[in-house]
Amino acid sequence: MKKHIALILALAVSSTLFTACGRDEEPEQGVTDMPEGAAHTVRFLNFKPESAEAYDEIVKSYEEQTGNKVIIETAANNTYEQTLSAKMSTSEAPTIFQVNGPRGYANWRDYCADLSETRIYAALTDKNSALSVDGVPYGIPYTVEGYGIIYNDEITEKYFDLADKAVEMENMEEVDSFEELRAVVEDMQAKKDELGIKGVFACTSLKPGDDWRWQTHLANVPIYYEFTNKNVDLTGDETKEITFAYGENFRNIFDLYINNSTVDRKMLGSKITDESMAEFALGECAMVQNGNWAWSQINGIDGNVVTAENIKYLPIYTGMDGEENQGLCIGTENYFCINSQASAEEQQAAADFLYWLYSSDMGKDYVTNKLGFIAPFDTFDDAETPDDPLTREVLDWMDEEGIVNIPWNFTLFPSQTFKEDFGAALLQYAQGSIEWAEVEKVVTESWKTESSYLA
Amino acid sequence: MGIYLSFNKFTTVENAQWIGFKNYALAFSNTDFLNALWFTAKFTLVSVVTVNVFAFLLALALTSAVRGKNVFRTIFFMPNLIGGIVLGYIWNLIINGVLNRFGVDLSYDANYGFWGLVILTNWQLIGYMMVIYIAGLQNIPRDLHEASQIDGATRFQTLRHVTIPMLMPSITICTFLTLTNSFKLFDQNLALTAGAPARKTSMLALDIYNTFYGRAGWQGVGQAKAVIFFLIVALIAFAQLKFTSSREVES
Repeated sequence: MKKHIALILALAVSSTLFTACGRDEEPEQGVTDMPEGAAHTVRFLNFKPESAEAYDEIVKSYEEQTGNKVIIETAANNTYEQTLSAKMSTSEAPTIFQVNGPRGYANWRDYCADLSETRIYAALTDKNSALSVDGVPYGIPYTVEGYGIIYNDEITEKYFDLADKAVEMENMEEVDSFEELRAVVEDMQAKKDELGIKGVFACTSLKPGDDWRWQTHLANVPIYYEFTNKNVDLTGDETKEITFAYGENFRNIFDLYINNSTVDRKMLGSKITDESMAEFALGECAMVQNGNWAWSQINGIDGNVVTAENIKYLPIYTGMDGEENQGLCIGTENYFCINSQASAEEQQAAADFLYWLYSSDMGKDYVTNKLGFIAPFDTFDDAETPDDPLTREVLDWMDEEGIVNIPWNFTLFPSQTFKEDFGAALLQYAQGSIEWAEVEKVVTESWKTESSYLA
Repeated sequence: MGIYLSFNKFTTVENAQWIGFKNYALAFSNTDFLNALWFTAKFTLVSVVTVNVFAFLLALALTSAVRGKNVFRTIFFMPNLIGGIVLGYIWNLIINGVLNRFGVDLSYDANYGFWGLVILTNWQLIGYMMVIYIAGLQNIPRDLHEASQIDGATRFQTLRHVTIPMLMPSITICTFLTLTNSFKLFDQNLALTAGAPARKTSMLALDIYNTFYGRAGWQGVGQAKAVIFFLIVALIAFAQLKFTSSREVES
């Protein structure tokens, strides 16, 4: 008898083990636009924790105006993929979610609906900026962002007023190449006590998980030049291998960061991004590499001494030919997708919500003033742009005559593992345990290996 | 379900596609995984030995007539009540504080991370194991000790031939607990080193976690690693139980 029971139990267990996941995929349906119809709940998984509060207000207003319900959930910092994977398998799967470019799309392609018939796509100013595969748009960019070297003009002005400064230049506007930047930075570092700073650059945060400003953002610059100068077709297989041709240029600026910093280069392995932003906000350093999203962070730090009119941008110069015309790195890695596995009505409700947010007066007001996005849609006119100083600077650089801004090619980096490998190599280089040649080897080899795993 | 998924390529549990043993092949050809396995094995060995030796010595000390032994027992037990993530961050600060005096930090050398983890685990587990040993020691009948004294045994001989054999059930439990705990350590690892430098200090659980989100489409490989991990833990724990319980004696 006992044996029978055991057998039955074993069978029961194994059948639960093997029965899952047989569900047929629903045929993908395109989303079409209809006027506001039946109320279906929109579930939106937000990528930006800093926007969570603004979204709560938006949802309230949307419900009051249209009677439709929106549930917004926000993933904690750096855990979007994890949260999305978990939520997608529930019955309350998000109907609006985000992917970070072609690589993100590859992971979520079974869930991305065709957005070509939506009003939000129709409103997109530059249709090429959508995340498209074979001409079908699956992701809509919703904000444009820019990063570069943020500097505190108050401190640099103080430097340029010094009688014994070693450079001819009179202000930061004159700096338009790596050599000039290096001259200024190294002299400033030598005179840091006079300037009342601990170092020119904020600490280069290389703690695993906090190294994205280097292995992703900074790495974008040499990779962009490599792709551009070799005329690489960004949509094809040519991106599967790189030579890291401008590795020396990366090294130029990276050395400048770690050697002229608030912190010794051996100690960078435990530093996080928040610490470097705090150093900048407290006036302990003059420069930090980051993007316009950092303004709220700088402004929100207790004891912040950086005023809005003193915060400026400098492009990331690395010693490339013709870099005096180089601008900031401007692009996006944030694309809205609609869940193709949701019912047609739910997909419709999701598309309606997005269009409302980016076209109605109330929605646009939230986007510009609360979320602080530079919205890439033709429903916005030139006056409807955010008012924070870094975003203003990004817009100014975009309009600057004769300046070429660098797009965000890092969305083509093969995987998170590649970025982590790169970051780890940078840390070991900073600590002095490996040579630069080793870093370059890691970059090219890891890129190749990781690309080979791509579908 | 978990075993089933390890044979699939999937993004969420709902869109799994059967691909056979490919995930396992990838998992075993993945050097990170093998490094993590080796690192975990070394770590487990060292921490099982140190935790049990220290816990046992403390238990011996605190069952003899020491003033305020209850206070000490409580104090030694306390670290166990703190969660792993918090402990990891606290020790990260402490160890970095010390290493900073020498101009380096925890991520400088994989050995720092290794011994950091050993210290942390010791600090966390010793108290708990000590309590189990104390309970075991108090259960040894007094007449056995007296008998050995009358027979003229030295204190060391008593320890070796009376106390330890009588304590075998506690030793079984303690080695089992430390073994499995150190083998599947995750929070402490994540908070203390997060694998730095260059994943040299990531243990198996952390490596599995990283595999899930490190590459698009590698969730299945992560799942395969998790199944392998489960099998190893089960196997080791079982073997260890067999081994130590075969040495238990009846009083």
